[in-house]
Amino acid sequence: MAETKSHIGTQNKKGQTYTDPWEMMHEAPRNPSFYTGSEVIKEALRRASCDVMIAYPITPQSEAAALIGELFAEGYIGDYFRGESEFAVMSQCAGAAFGGARVFTTTAGPGTMRAMENFPMWAGARLPIQMIVTCRGINSPLSIQPDTIEISYLLNTGMLVWHAETAQDFFDWILKGFMVSEEPEVHLPLALCCDGFFVTHTKDVVNLTPADMCLPPYDPYRSPVPCMDMECPPVRMMRDPFIMKSNYISYATHASWQQEIWAAIERSRKHTIKWINGLVDTENTDAEVVIVASGTAVSQGREAIRLLEDEGVRCGLVKVKSLRPWPGEEIREATKNAKHIFVPEFNVTGWLAKEIKATIPNSDRVHAGPHVCGGMTMPPEIIVSEIKTALGLRSESLAGRGS
Amino acid sequence: MIKKRLNIRMSGLGGQGAVTAAHVMAMAANKDGKFSISNPFFGAEKRMAPAESYCRIGIERIYDRGELVFPDVIEVFHPQVITMGKSYTMPFYSGVKEGGVVIINSAQPLLSEEDLTRLKDLNVSLFYIAGTELAIEVAGTELSTNMSMIGSVAGITKCVSMEALDGALQERFGKKFVASGGTASLDEAIKKKFAKKEMLLAKNLATVKRAYEIASEWAEKNKVELRVGNPAVAA
Repeated sequence: MAETKSHIGTQNKKGQTYTDPWEMMHEAPRNPSFYTGSEVIKEALRRASCDVMIAYPITPQSEAAALIGELFAEGYIGDYFRGESEFAVMSQCAGAAFGGARVFTTTAGPGTMRAMENFPMWAGARLPIQMIVTCRGINSPLSIQPDTIEISYLLNTGMLVWHAETAQDFFDWILKGFMVSEEPEVHLPLALCCDGFFVTHTKDVVNLTPADMCLPPYDPYRSPVPCMDMECPPVRMMRDPFIMKSNYISYATHASWQQEIWAAIERSRKHTIKWINGLVDTENTDAEVVIVASGTAVSQGREAIRLLEDEGVRCGLVKVKSLRPWPGEEIREATKNAKHIFVPEFNVTGWLAKEIKATIPNSDRVHAGPHVCGGMTMPPEIIVSEIKTALGLRSESLAGRGS
Repeated sequence: MIKKRLNIRMSGLGGQGAVTAAHVMAMAANKDGKFSISNPFFGAEKRMAPAESYCRIGIERIYDRGELVFPDVIEVFHPQVITMGKSYTMPFYSGVKEGGVVIINSAQPLLSEEDLTRLKDLNVSLFYIAGTELAIEVAGTELSTNMSMIGSVAGITKCVSMEALDGALQERFGKKFVASGGTASLDEAIKKKFAKKEMLLAKNLATVKRAYEIASEWAEKNKVELRVGNPAVAA
């Protein structure tokens, strides 16, 4: 039976007050702190009433995972342990979530790839697990620096996928993410991504909510599917996978279930808009030149816009916050005046530019780039140079590495 | 020269505390009411492997992250950065901005004629400090080399105050700090060098101060001025 008693206003064992999430995130006083992104993940978790966190070390998320271990030692996390591998961790997360826990984990790069099989399973099983992805290179030769190609692999798993620009985004979105994920009509896992190092290892000012306030606990009875019921979808599908294509009912259920996951992502749209204040942020989108980006590329874009301003070139900005649900309508609207759309990305394939091209009319306006890859930094100067070159303006040659 | 933002690139070797130095500088700038960001850049965490960190300090909000490709100040924590190319950029001063400053931890000059000409063409000032020797002399351990480097850049540019540096050091070493396993074991190593935590703080601060004075004097004598501020107001 769903709980009828509200936890709001009562205290947990650490003396934190369960607070109305909207009030906690929007009205409670904020305390500016100078923290690394990893420390900020810890501080968000302190306030998240998290039941289970499962860890496995991989740079650049190891610090965050270790810090959450400290939090467990302090008594703020229900249970915390280390899995045998990322695949094991994500499977164990599923087990904990099936058991009705609010589950959190962190991973990165090759770890994300290793665990990939679990993500569509999480989504299919409607488990509202939150996974932090601190992006890094996944290819050989090895790179631990941020390369966002792993996000493109997550886009079609059925998970919600958000891409944070700063540690402030991270703090707010970890807490708000649970609120969106756990809506009964959504009830999907969230991959909350950031560019590793540029967010996790960067010290920046972050405004924190009071440490004596926390989210109300997760109520597993708000799940839209019965808990661990072997006779009902989705677990039924796992019980007898071999007859899926020979049994009409099984086949039809499976097909409609897949559609239901994507419908749930669509239904998350209104909650995401409400909680993170829109799927995109926009600035000066009446300009003829607009940068559309996500993650750290937004920050580098902001610096490039300052430099362009000094040279008399006006440039707008679209910060894509949510990738799933995809802000198609918002991007069409924000780019309707743009003659040139630049999509700087920290990966070689330009997945964001491809998504945008598939979304807007006259997609030849999209300049896919600049790109840096393998964890290279994107100096704002190269964005400026790309834009000026495309506009036919004179551009100084850049004295880069080794020149 | 007064700039809205000062970009500092610290090139060192794993274990020297370049990452900590950038964090301490950024924390101090934040205490001084300036905007600041610091972040590291390294491969596998191992001693003597190249490790860089970056500190950006300015008078307006800073978005820029990652490797500092176009720095105003370059600090070289170890001669091997130059002599063995343990650097993410070759030569180590690649990308340095006109009118910038290069600070090298070495008791002997390390640069070739060609390097000197190229730096001179860019009007870049060059300051050598025997930072490791200074750390051994003042703090009694080479592990405080990063304090010499903090003092040097602060002394030349005045981008952070001594009071703020004192506060930042207290914050960084005065309480338990959990980062990676590597950082944690290094923290333990330096704590073992001092009988008491207060001693660690006092000796490190003394090293910063001494380097600050030496660098300050050098900057005055050589008329090197590179400051963070509002150029419009200064003009």
